[in-house]
Amino acid sequence: MHTPDSAPRPVPCTLAGMVEGARLSMPMLPGVLVFAAAVGAASAEKGLTLGQAVLMSFSVYAGASQLLALQLWPEIFSLSAIVALVVVTTAVNLRFLLMGAALQPWLSRGPAGPVHLGLAGLTDANFVIGSRYHAGGGQDAGVFVGAGVFMWIIWTLATIPGHALGHLLTDPKRFAIDMVMPLTFTVMSVGLFRMRRDRLAWPVAGAVAVITAHLVEGFWFIIAGALAGSLAAGMFRDRG
Amino acid sequence: MTAADWTGPVAAILAMAAATYAVRFAGYWIMSRVPLTPFLRAALEALPGAIIVATVVPLAMRGGISAWIGVAVAAATMLAVRKDIAAMAAGMGAVMAARALGLP
Repeated sequence: MHTPDSAPRPVPCTLAGMVEGARLSMPMLPGVLVFAAAVGAASAEKGLTLGQAVLMSFSVYAGASQLLALQLWPEIFSLSAIVALVVVTTAVNLRFLLMGAALQPWLSRGPAGPVHLGLAGLTDANFVIGSRYHAGGGQDAGVFVGAGVFMWIIWTLATIPGHALGHLLTDPKRFAIDMVMPLTFTVMSVGLFRMRRDRLAWPVAGAVAVITAHLVEGFWFIIAGALAGSLAAGMFRDRG
Repeated sequence: MTAADWTGPVAAILAMAAATYAVRFAGYWIMSRVPLTPFLRAALEALPGAIIVATVVPLAMRGGISAWIGVAVAAATMLAVRKDIAAMAAGMGAVMAARALGLP
């Protein structure tokens, strides 16, 4: 941080960084636990066995897409039914593509193995934790990797009680589960705002997202709004 | 349990997982193959905040007044005490309280 950004420096990935990433994840634990329990409950309601519910949480590890796919969970698994589930999952998770792109200039200078493990566990949580840490001058890729792996384990395990106690969680809205992701983002965005860079990007992102949400079903508003805000920041980068 | 009982769900789950890994790696992979111009650098630096704003605003609008109350309480708590856990708890609590009172 003492040298200008022109020469790419290698990025470390330390155990201390991973522990720090897990520590920074702690505030998200209550939200993640409730969210995972809701996914477990929805799995039980749709007739998934406990093993299938855990397999889904472990292998997909993306709560919003899991909940939506479970709402559309078919009784007969034709090829077209599976394709429909994949399309819905991809649409909801397409934001990960933008997140990976945003993290690449930082993470690509780190060791490939741990970085790929972190990317395999890329979700909203370790994305905001990593972004905020790096925006504050942090370099250790372990923070991103550690936060991802820690949340991955918690998410998978928390599906189990949800599956068992499903009948208690039939109304996710009552427990504000639909607001876990937006509130996590709100809390994390405080301190991320940079006047010069974001005074145009944030309003553009918000406005385009709202308009898209009114016009198009699903979760496309995240992609449209984020791209618009990011492009605005790129195009008007020199306006001081 | 017969084979047909579990093959469908498991195939669907694994297909969903494969698609999710593909998007997780796609953005990273694309960015490692295009040169980082000043335009792209500025765009990428603004991207995390833009993703956050583009997620929160429409979801809060879908969530109703209770959602806005939660977002406002979470942001205000964060600005006041700078503790993630307190801000999350306050935000979740505010949403649940508002909905328990019957607000949309």
